[in-house]
Formats: sequence, C-alpha cells, structure tokens
Amino acid sequence: MVKSKSAYSTSSKLGKIDTHIIVVWVDNEASVLSRVVGLFSGRGYNIESLAVAEVDQKNNLSRITIVTTGTPQVIEQIVLQLKKLVPVHKVGNFKRDDKNVIFKEMALLKFVANPSKIKKILNACKKYNPVILDQTNKSIVIQITALRREIDKVTKNLKPFGLVSASRTGAVAMTRGAEIFN
Amino acid sequence: MPKLFSGAEIVFKCLEDQKVKHIFGYPGGAVLPIYDELKNHPTIKHILVRHEQGAGHAAEGYARSTGKPGVVLVTSGPGATNVVTALTDAYMDSVPLVCISGQVPTHLIGTDAFQECDTTGITRPCTKHNWLVKDINDLPRIMHEAFEVATTGRPGPVLVDIPKDIQFAKAKYFKPKKEKKLNGKVLNKFNQKEIDELVDLMKKASKPVFYTGGGVINSGPKASELLRELVALTRFPITSTLQGLGAYPGDDNQFLGMLGMHGTYEANNAMHDCDLLINIGARFDDRITGKIDEFSPKSKKVHIDIDPSSINKIVKVDLAIVGDVIDVIKSTTKTLKKKNLNLEKSNKQKISKWWQQIQKWRTKQSLNFINSDKIIKPQHAVQRLYELTKNQDTYITTEVGQHQMWAAQHYKFNKPNRWMTSGGLGTMGYGLPAAIGVQVAHPKKLVVDIAGEASILMTMQEISTAVQYNLPVKIFILNNQYMGMVRQWQELLHEKNYSESYSEALPDFVKLAEAYGCVGIRAEHPDELDEKIEEMINTDKPVIFDCHVDQAENCYPMIPSGKPHNQMLLGPKDQEANKITGKGKSLV
Repeated sequence: MVKSKSAYSTSSKLGKIDTHIIVVWVDNEASVLSRVVGLFSGRGYNIESLAVAEVDQKNNLSRITIVTTGTPQVIEQIVLQLKKLVPVHKVGNFKRDDKNVIFKEMALLKFVANPSKIKKILNACKKYNPVILDQTNKSIVIQITALRREIDKVTKNLKPFGLVSASRTGAVAMTRGAEIFN
Repeated sequence: MPKLFSGAEIVFKCLEDQKVKHIFGYPGGAVLPIYDELKNHPTIKHILVRHEQGAGHAAEGYARSTGKPGVVLVTSGPGATNVVTALTDAYMDSVPLVCISGQVPTHLIGTDAFQECDTTGITRPCTKHNWLVKDINDLPRIMHEAFEVATTGRPGPVLVDIPKDIQFAKAKYFKPKKEKKLNGKVLNKFNQKEIDELVDLMKKASKPVFYTGGGVINSGPKASELLRELVALTRFPITSTLQGLGAYPGDDNQFLGMLGMHGTYEANNAMHDCDLLINIGARFDDRITGKIDEFSPKSKKVHIDIDPSSINKIVKVDLAIVGDVIDVIKSTTKTLKKKNLNLEKSNKQKISKWWQQIQKWRTKQSLNFINSDKIIKPQHAVQRLYELTKNQDTYITTEVGQHQMWAAQHYKFNKPNRWMTSGGLGTMGYGLPAAIGVQVAHPKKLVVDIAGEASILMTMQEISTAVQYNLPVKIFILNNQYMGMVRQWQELLHEKNYSESYSEALPDFVKLAEAYGCVGIRAEHPDELDEKIEEMINTDKPVIFDCHVDQAENCYPMIPSGKPHNQMLLGPKDQEANKITGKGKSLV
C-alpha cells in the first residue's frame, strides 16, 4: 500500500449516482439565488440546470428548480442544507425517473433555411409541441417543450437543416394528479 | 406621531433590548455614526481591540464562556475582511456572533468606493445568514432577526452590513416581538417513539458508549447536569470531543477522556469495539472518525443533534433524534426511570465485562510521557498548571497545535463553558483574543491561554487590549521554537524535512511583556516551574509566561491518517516496549 502522507483520510467508495430534481421555494429577495447557488458550489455539489422565477407576487415567492446529480447521501445533504437557509420555505426532491412528476424544458430554435427544409424541420419537431414564433421566407424561430435528452437529440439532428441558434431553459417540474407537494 | 430615531440610535436600542453588555470593535469611516452614538448608551461597554480578527475571537470567547451571543462592530472594507477568519471560526464551531459592519453609502455601493468591499458576498459562506440594510425601515426588524438567527437552533455567526447613509437616516423603532416566528429553523422534532427506541437500544446493549460534543455545551449548563445524571443512571462509559470537554467531569471514573486523532487509547478502542454508540451533540468530524469505512464497525449508532443536516452527513446512523440536547436527555432519563426502576444495578452487571475490557485498555496509560528533570516537558507543564489552578474556577483558552492537544489531554475540566478552543477551523491566534473576551465576561476569574510561541505571534497585538482594560489574562506559552504540530507531521511523514517550521528570530517574550506594560515570566527548568506558575497566578496583571519546553516532544497517542480507531500510535514508552522503530512510523 502506498504510504499516505496526508493528515486527512483517503476518500472511501462512492455510492450510486442518481439525477434528482430539487425544487426550492424561496423569498424573492436580493442575493437569494447566490445563497442557493453558493451552497452548491461551496459544498461541491453539481448543478446540471437551473430555472428560477417569481411564482407568487403577493407573497413574494420564487420557485427554483435545480437538476443535480449525486449519491443518495449527497442528495439528502443538499435538501437538508437548503432547508437551513433563512429565505428558504420548502424544498422538494424528485428522482428524474419518478413517474409521478412531469419534467419539461423549453427551447427556442432559430433556423436559416429554405421553405422545403423548414417543412422537414417542423415535421421533425412535431412530437415536441412546436410553436412557430417567427417566420420569414428564409428563416424560422420555433419553440419546443420536451425533456432534456429529447431537445439534445433534436438539436443534434437538425444541425444540418440550418439550426443557427438554440436558447434553452433549465428543467421545470410539476407533480401529476390532484396532489400538492407540501 | 411616533418618535423617529437615526440608524445609529436604532442599532443601540436593539442592542439594549437584546441585553447586550459588551461589544468588541474597531472604528473606521463607515461606522463613525454608530461610534458617535456610543456615548449615549452607558450600559453598553465597548472594548477596543487592535485588529478586527481579535474583535471576532474575543466575541467568540465571550459567547462561549457565557452562552450569550458575542457582538462585533467593525468598519467597511478591511474592517470587514479582517473579521472573516473569526466569522468562519465561529461558523465551524457553532458560536453565536452578531457582527455589525459599516458599509459605504448606498449610492456608492458598486462603484469601488474607498474602503468598499462586497461584505455580504464575502461573508455569505461563513455566516448562518447576513443582511445588507438598504432601507432604514428594515433596520429594527433585521437587527432583531440577526440575534434570533444567531442564537436559535444550531448557533452561529450572522452579519448585518449597514451603509453609512442608513446610519444617519431616521425611522421608527420596534421592540423585538415576544412570540418569535422561527421560520421553521428551530427543530425539536423528536417524538416519544424515538426516545422509546433509544431506551430499547440502551437496554439491549452490552458494550455501549456515549460520545458527546459541543452541542451539549451549546444547549446550556442544564444540559451538562442532565448528561451527568443520565451517565450515572446508565453506568455507560462516556467519551467527549474536543469541543465537548467540560460537559462531563474530566476526572470522573466513567469518563474515558477525549477521543479522536489525539484521544486516549481507551476512548478510541471503546468507539471501535462498542455495540451501541450514542452521539449527543457531536458531528462525526474527520479528526474524530479516522477512516470512515472502518469507523465503529460493530455498533448501532444513535445521533442526537439539533441540526438535521448533521444527521447522516458523514456516518449513516440507525436512529436519528433531531432536537435540543436538554429536551432529548430529559425525555430519555424520564423514560429510562419509568421503564426500569432498578436500572443502575442491572446495568452495572450487564456491562461489567465491557468495563473490564476498558480497564485493560486503560492500563496502557496512553497519555503517559517520559518526564525529565533537566528539561520541561510540555505535558508536564500543562499537568502542573492544572494541579495549581484546579482549586479555583479557571477558564482555559488555547491557540492551535500541539499545545492545544496537550491542554485537551492533560487539563481536566469539570464544568461546561470553561474551555474555549478553535476546533473546526483550527485558527492559530485564537486563544489570546478569546481569553480577553472571557476575561471581559468574568473579570474576577482566572483566565489562562495555553499557547504556542508561533500561534501567539499571530494576534500578539491584543495584549495591548488586555493592558488597556486591566484584563489580567495569563498567556502560558509552551515555547518549543517550532510550529510543533507541523514539525511533528514532518518528522513522522516527511522524512524529517523540517521545511519552514522552525521559529527563527523569536522575540524575547519577557521583554515584550514589559514593552506592552504587563508582566513577563520565564521558566526554563522543571525545578522552577511550580514557583513560577504560582507567581503567574498571583499577579493581578496580564502575564506572558514563556515556558521553555522540550523541542522534540511529539503529541501522542495519535491515530495515523487513514487508519481506524483501533490502530493507534502510542507514545515513546510503548513504542520502545513493542520495538516499533523505523517500520512503525511507516504506519503513519
């Protein structure tokens, strides 16, 4: 065994890494986002995507949706550490493969292409709720909503069809059915 | 029309309503309005430090020895950045601090104005919460909330950044609300079922051990009393972390001594071999656990903590009880008594074999060292200090390093709040300002900073504060002319390459003491040690005690890195007996 020269112990085996969606309800006040994001960077947690906006103007509440990866222990820590922040009201934690939760991301895609190509593009996007936001005779801007990997696939496949710009949001989440998360 | 107060007045009205008696600070441009207001509030005494880090540590010493929050007042820019070390220290060791910092006027924020820095940005990761006051009308609420956040749940530091124009602006003042809204951050979430489960585990255990930490101290002196009752009732052995020392009497027979990297052989082996481990207010720090995979492999683990994020952070436990130590112990004792009236006797029998094993470990006498009649051994110096001060109510602070561990090993604490040391952050230079804070809170008590000559030089300037306010703190320097712990690691792990760990060009500490207007005492020979210590204790002035000790002494026992608790490296006596020479060291 290699002789350790460290005053610290060596890292032990890592558990299985899962993707989770963490939903955080916070007071919409100055620097609240940096408190949440700083917690992740300071403790070495991962952020894959982030979506944040005010959802309740009256009570001044924002909803932050964070896609993260980690071992079950790390995910538990993320939730507990978030709950300790003063402006945080509640924290939801969902596994990405949870069937009871809907995850969606939105993307705006701009293509510079001729009408026949545009037809093919619209066809390819059909499954992802395409909305045409702007169209000229040589360009089109389409909004789609889908899962992250689906958008990944679409953008990859449509590169040859004149995709010149893609703007994407982080994932947002909502539980199915009449239940409300508390 | 209610009366309007300036921001500076509101700050002091809040401090008065929060029953603050002392603040530690240093003036500067951006806090001058607050300093100007000081004269109108005679119940609040300001202690002028010599460096803002000193203000922070002094407030920590004050807080830890009284259980009340320490208050710090600093200016913007360098004032705020200098206090960051102390805030981080308080954050790691869960010490309640309220730091008020001045800030440049609101219209200049973001313009790189003179002495501007992003104080709330810099201190965000080292405070429980912080506030930048942008509207004078928010100030009373924020000030009261600051005290509430600092002192409730797991305590910690907070910071309120007040721009200079806000200190001048006027607003109405509100007293703190009696029934505080706690935002769900105070957690006494345990229920009787969990207590029953704990009692059940205690009943079944044949090799139990209590592992207690700073949470017991933070829960208040009553928690220590209740802990003593619980330990006496169960007859279980008890070990403590560095921060927990004093919660249980250090000279009691059921106490195994401190555990962890420099803990006793019996404490660490008990942790390793136990079948029930009850953690009360400790956090499975890496200096305690050693190698996690092999940490206490055969035990059921119970964790009692007020901070839910401490549970399962490092060690997965079988039973978690989230709550204040006082309340959890109270319920546990009550339930134990209700279920088994003859507990003391029945337990004594059930765990007698366990105690026999512990006695066997004790015979190793792992804290032993080879004493000398020619040179002062540092452990001997601490032992003598203990013997000569144990008859009075003594408060001990330390710096960080070998002397800190020797103090923890050889000074026996009998009461909580008597031991102030930087554990989590390990801040050299903590002890002197902390001692000043302790002495401010307890002017008649004996306060000793057990120090090293390297650490003390980091905040040496604060001796001037001690002289100014007639605070007779005793700086007991174990002077080995090395950064001793660094030297020890270099000896054991880096082939004796003592890279930059020798303290070249040390000052003459006796002359230095005289220059500061206090008393310097030097001890160089074991024969004169007692007499000199007596002289120190009887001097009613700050004293710098320069105790020349063996330069080559190492701190044992020790758990080498990456090793479990039952593979300790013992002191020189044992090493000789077992012929562990060059090869033994490669274990480290």
